[in-house]
Amino acid sequence: MSNVSIRNLCVSLGGNRIIENLDLDVIESEFLVLLGPSGCGKSTLLHSIAGLIDVADGSIAIGGEDMTWADPADRRIGMVFQSYALYPTMSVEGNMSFGLRIGGTPKAEIERRVKRAAEILHLEPLLKRKPSQLSGGQRQRVAIGRALVREADVLLFDEPLSNLDAKLRAELRRELKLLHRKLRSTMIYVTHDQVEAMTLATRIVVMQGGKIQQIGTPESVYSKPDNLFVAGFLGAPGMNFLNGTLACDRSMVRFAAGQVDLDVSNYAFKHEPRHDMTVVLGIRPEQIQIGDQGNLTGVVSLVEPMGNHEIVWIDYCGHSLAAIVQEMREFKADDRVRFSVDAAKISIFDQFDEARL
Amino acid sequence: MNATVTRARRNTRLDPARIGIYAFLVSAAAFFLLPLYIMLVTSVKPMDEIRLGNIFALPLSFTMEPWQTAWSSACTGVDCEGIRGGFWNSLAIVAPSTVLSILIGALNGYALSFWRARGAGLLFGILMMGAFIPVQVMIYPLVQILAALHLFSSLPGIILIHVIFGMPVMTLLFRNYYASIPEELFKAARIDGGGFFRIFLQLMLPMSTPIIIVAAIMQVTGIWNDYILGLVFAGRENLPMTVQLNNVINTTTGVRLYNVNMAATILTSLVPLSIYLVSGRWFVRGIAAGAVKG
Repeated sequence: MSNVSIRNLCVSLGGNRIIENLDLDVIESEFLVLLGPSGCGKSTLLHSIAGLIDVADGSIAIGGEDMTWADPADRRIGMVFQSYALYPTMSVEGNMSFGLRIGGTPKAEIERRVKRAAEILHLEPLLKRKPSQLSGGQRQRVAIGRALVREADVLLFDEPLSNLDAKLRAELRRELKLLHRKLRSTMIYVTHDQVEAMTLATRIVVMQGGKIQQIGTPESVYSKPDNLFVAGFLGAPGMNFLNGTLACDRSMVRFAAGQVDLDVSNYAFKHEPRHDMTVVLGIRPEQIQIGDQGNLTGVVSLVEPMGNHEIVWIDYCGHSLAAIVQEMREFKADDRVRFSVDAAKISIFDQFDEARL
Repeated sequence: MNATVTRARRNTRLDPARIGIYAFLVSAAAFFLLPLYIMLVTSVKPMDEIRLGNIFALPLSFTMEPWQTAWSSACTGVDCEGIRGGFWNSLAIVAPSTVLSILIGALNGYALSFWRARGAGLLFGILMMGAFIPVQVMIYPLVQILAALHLFSSLPGIILIHVIFGMPVMTLLFRNYYASIPEELFKAARIDGGGFFRIFLQLMLPMSTPIIIVAAIMQVTGIWNDYILGLVFAGRENLPMTVQLNNVINTTTGVRLYNVNMAATILTSLVPLSIYLVSGRWFVRGIAAGAVKG
C-alpha cells in the first residue's frame, strides 16, 4: 500500500505533447479512476506511472520514493491490460508465477502466492490450462491474478473490462470492487466507461486533452461538475443544456432564454452573479419532476421505455429536454405535461470560460 | 399438404469452361513435369539405349548403376569419388548456417519490433538495402575481408557468409511476425521484470514456432541451392554438392554419361525437393508473410 504523487508531469509521444504540467496525488488505499474520452491522455498517464513510457519532465513518486526513472519491475506495481496480455505458451500457473520466477522468489513462496491469488479469483481448477483454453472473463481473471501475486503496492488497470461482453463486465466490475475492499491496495483504473467510473471509484479524475478537468468523489463529479466538459461527459442521457442570460433583480436571480424564464434564486453561486451574464444552464434528466403541481409546461415528443424507468423527451419552448421518470406512467407523444426543476440541484456555467458559477 | 422445397443441386456437369480450365492445368503441369520425367527415365537407362535418341521412351533394360556411379564413383575433375562428399559438405554448411541465421534474424526482429533503439528504423533500412544489392558486387570485397580474417576457404568462412546474406530477409521475416504480437504482451513482461534476453528466450522464441519453420525452409533450400558463394568461399575441402555436380557434368574426358549426370542432378535436388513436398503449405505462408506485410 502506497500513495502515488505526480508532480509537473510532461509526456511526449512521437513529438506530440500528450500531457503537460500535470499534478496528481493518489491517496493510499484509494480506488482512483481516470476517466475521459479516447485520446485524452489517461492511458498515457497510467503507462508513465508504470514506467512503460519515458517522461519528458516532472517526477513520479510511489510510496514516497522517486520512481521517475526506475525500471517498471522495480516500481512495486502490478498492471492489468485491456487485451489481457497473457503469455500464450505458458499455463495459467506459469503466467502468474513468471514475474516471481524471474525475481528468484523461493519455490514455496511462489506456490503460496499463486495459490492465494487463485483462491481469491476462483482460478484453482484452471491452473494447468493454457490461455487459449480460457474464456474472456477467465483470461482477465488470470491477468488480475498475475498482478496480485506480485503483492504490489499499487495496482494499475488499463481498461481491463473493455473487451468483455456487457454481462461479464458487470460481474467482473463487482468482483473488482470486492477485491479492493479485501486487499485495500492502492488502485489506479483507466476507463472511458462512466458506469465503471461511478461504481468503482472512491475518487474520479476526469481528463480531457491531457489536462485534469476535475477530481472528486463520484457524487460530486456527477452532481457538481466543475465545467461544461465534465457536465456533458458524465450521465446518460446527458445533461440538458440551455443557453441564456442571467437577470439579477435585488434578491431575485432569474434565467432567461427566449420564452424560457426560470427562477434560480436558490442556486448556490460560487461567485456573485452579474446582471446580463451569458450562461449555460445544465439540468440532469432526473432533476426534472413531471407532475401536476409543476410550474412549467411542455409537450412530450418521445418516450423511451428502459424497463425499470422511462426517458421522456419534452419539448419546452423550442428546447428538447430529457427527463427520467422512475414510476412507469403512461406518457404518450404529444401529451401536454407539467413539470418543475429544483434550482438548488442544477448547474450553471459561464458561457465564455465554461466554468461552474 | 406441406409445400415441398426442391433442393438446389450443385452443378457438377462438365461444361466447356470447366474443360478449358482442366486442359490448361494439365498442360501447365506437363510443361513442368516433362523435364523431370526425362531425367528420371534417362537416369535408369544404359548408355546404349540413350544413344538411340528416344528420350521420351521408357527404359527397355532398367539399371540403377548410373545412380551408384553418381553417388560414389563419378569423376569430379581429378578425383573420382562421386558427389557423396559434396552431400556431407552441403549438410555441414547448411545446418549451422540455418540455425545461426535464424537466431540472429529473430534477435534482430525482436529488438527492432519491441525495443526500438534510437536509429532502429535507419538501421533496418540499411539492412533492407543489403537485400537488394546483387551478391556478385560484394564478392571481391568479401574475399579480401575473409582473407584478412583468415577465414577464406574454410567451413566457418562459408557459414559466416551465409549468415550475413541471410540476415536481411530473416530480420524482415521476424520483424513482421513480431509486429503482429500485441505490444501489451511485451509491456506485461517488462513489468514482470523480464530483461532483453529473458523476454526473447522465454517468451518470444517459444511463440515463434510457425515463423521459425518458415525461416528454416527458406534458409535450408536457399543455402542448399547456392552455387556461387560455395564455389568462391568454401575452399577445396568443403565444396558443396551443387559445385560438385557442376564438376561432374563438366568433366570433359571421355564420353558424356548422360544417365550419370541425370542421376547426380536428381540426387542434388532431392533435399530441397523433399522439403517443398513436405512443407509446401508452410512455405507459401512464409512467402505471403514476407510479401504482404511490410
